[in-house]
Amino acid sequence: MRAADLVTALALIVLGVVVLVDALRLGIGWGMEGPQSGFFPFWLAILLVAIAGLILLQASRRATTAPFVTAARFRPVLAVLAPATAMVLVMEGLGLYVASALYLAFYMRWVGRHAWPTIVALGLGVPIVTFVIFERWFLVPMPKGPLEAWLGF
Amino acid sequence: MGFENLLLGFSIAVTPFNLFVALLGILLGTIIGVLPGLGGANGVAILLPLTFTMPPTSAIILLTSLYWGALFGGAITSILFNIPGEPWSVATTFDGYPMARRGQGGQALTAAFTSSFVGALFSIVLITLFAPVLAEIALKFGPPEFFAIQLLTFSSFVGLGGGNPLKSLVSILLGFILASVGLDIVTGQLRMTFGVTELMKGFDFIVAVIGLFGIGEILLSVEEGLSFKGARTGMNLKVVLETWKILPRYWRTFVRGAFIGFWMGFKPGGATPASFMSYAFAKRFSPRGEHFGKGELEGVVAPETAAHAAGVAAILPMITLGIPGSPTAAVMLGGLIIWGLQPGPMLFQEQPEFVWGLIASMYTGNVLGVLMVLAFVPLFAAILRIPFAILTPLIVVVCAVGSYAVHNSMIDVWYMLIFGVIGYVFKKLDYPLAPLVLALVLGDLAENALRQSLIMSQGSLGIFFVRPISGVIVAIALLFFLLPLLTPWWRRRRGVPRVASAAPRH
Repeated sequence: MRAADLVTALALIVLGVVVLVDALRLGIGWGMEGPQSGFFPFWLAILLVAIAGLILLQASRRATTAPFVTAARFRPVLAVLAPATAMVLVMEGLGLYVASALYLAFYMRWVGRHAWPTIVALGLGVPIVTFVIFERWFLVPMPKGPLEAWLGF
Repeated sequence: MGFENLLLGFSIAVTPFNLFVALLGILLGTIIGVLPGLGGANGVAILLPLTFTMPPTSAIILLTSLYWGALFGGAITSILFNIPGEPWSVATTFDGYPMARRGQGGQALTAAFTSSFVGALFSIVLITLFAPVLAEIALKFGPPEFFAIQLLTFSSFVGLGGGNPLKSLVSILLGFILASVGLDIVTGQLRMTFGVTELMKGFDFIVAVIGLFGIGEILLSVEEGLSFKGARTGMNLKVVLETWKILPRYWRTFVRGAFIGFWMGFKPGGATPASFMSYAFAKRFSPRGEHFGKGELEGVVAPETAAHAAGVAAILPMITLGIPGSPTAAVMLGGLIIWGLQPGPMLFQEQPEFVWGLIASMYTGNVLGVLMVLAFVPLFAAILRIPFAILTPLIVVVCAVGSYAVHNSMIDVWYMLIFGVIGYVFKKLDYPLAPLVLALVLGDLAENALRQSLIMSQGSLGIFFVRPISGVIVAIALLFFLLPLLTPWWRRRRGVPRVASAAPRH
């Protein structure tokens, strides 16, 4: 926990400094339209660096040995995160419907060990329902890929 | 004058289409409230893109109904599965789950829904009476007053939120910084984009909400290895009627809970502390106080009344001041802006149909809601019996669809994943997420109010103190900001030993 707290606080300080630099570039004083663009971010960043610094101090003094997360408990987290990231990657090329079908099928088989009929039914059903609701009823387009193009959408 | 307006509201809210929309919203909301990883804020965020083509009044009815549904839904999982779907239903598990284990789930659920309804109704009546008055006062507000109220909003997270005040501050600052990324509409300059085209659009709060609350929550719940061991509902008409006969006995608890809920709820982050406070008071004053925690009906009534009263009260500052009282209200406020409405006191003058339609729909929505959950509890409970390996990817897909739909852009889906990881880490490290979301939503409004105030005063911060209304509000806000420093000092002076904080942690 302590290490994670320290790393997070450090990351926040770095972010604060980055914002600070950009705010200085934009100008933090008085311009044509009153306070310049960098004025508000500048003070936000100053406060962020100061407070994250205090958290850093607080955390460094705290002696807890509990780990942020144990390997055994982190495995299911990765098992959700990795396929989800893969789905978004596939989405870039093949569109949302194909990506979500593959993702649902993969997760249900790999984690849940569900039977194939369930997997096929849900893997096809969920994207089709999504398609009807979004593209047809509410006219909100989702990213589409070659399959949809081939089907004529 | 108020009564005519309310009638006008009912004439809008009770049209077949709007009633249908309310029913749909409650149905979806209850499902969302039951599902782990999906809560009010994020359900509203996911559905927001679907409302872009609807008339604004129907859109807000859909979203508020979803919110009522989520509030009801939280009670179902708390009582039957000992899983609080929302932080404010944690206190409901204390007595609700033991009752359900004992086979009294039906009674506990009936009491929870009825209390929710009573708490909500109390807040709605107060909103009906006070919203126009508050809006009238707020009309006289200038930029300094609005900035002062923003300050008060955020100070109450720091001073009253419980948890580490420094971390609450960081969340607020981070939200404001994220909000300022992109084009500065006042000067036309690009901020913090570092030449990256994707950053020009900035970060959308809807995507942040879906990532932080949706994906983050999923990651957290798989890490904790949730398993759903549910008690039976045991719900039928006889149980409902019998419970209703007992409930009037607890009228004091109802009244106390409703007042606590409303008072806490119209300030931000109020629902969770309200539910705990109401529970603590009921335990203290009940003749059966020592039985609390073992399955006491009154222990379900107290937190549920307060939580729902607070949840409804969060709408009041949103429609009158343009400042949301909760993350869910913040998302709705964002919706208002997208639908082309200017949130704030002018709504009552310029859009009376919208405001009064919304207020009237709060009555109809909650009546429909309580009837629906009472009737269909077993169905909603069955949702949690869906295997986890199906629910998890399903929720992730829904989140991805919602994120993409906001701007039809893939980058938002990536942001969703990143916010998901941030949400997971922040939650584990006790950085509160609600102030971050609120700051992200209010960022532009707050900055503009600050800039305009400074232009009025030609750069002097004194303007916030010399104007009477903003002076008082800023003083209270500063007090709240300093409260975490003052409390230990005060305790030492009075010689009270430092006790472990009773503030809820989640």
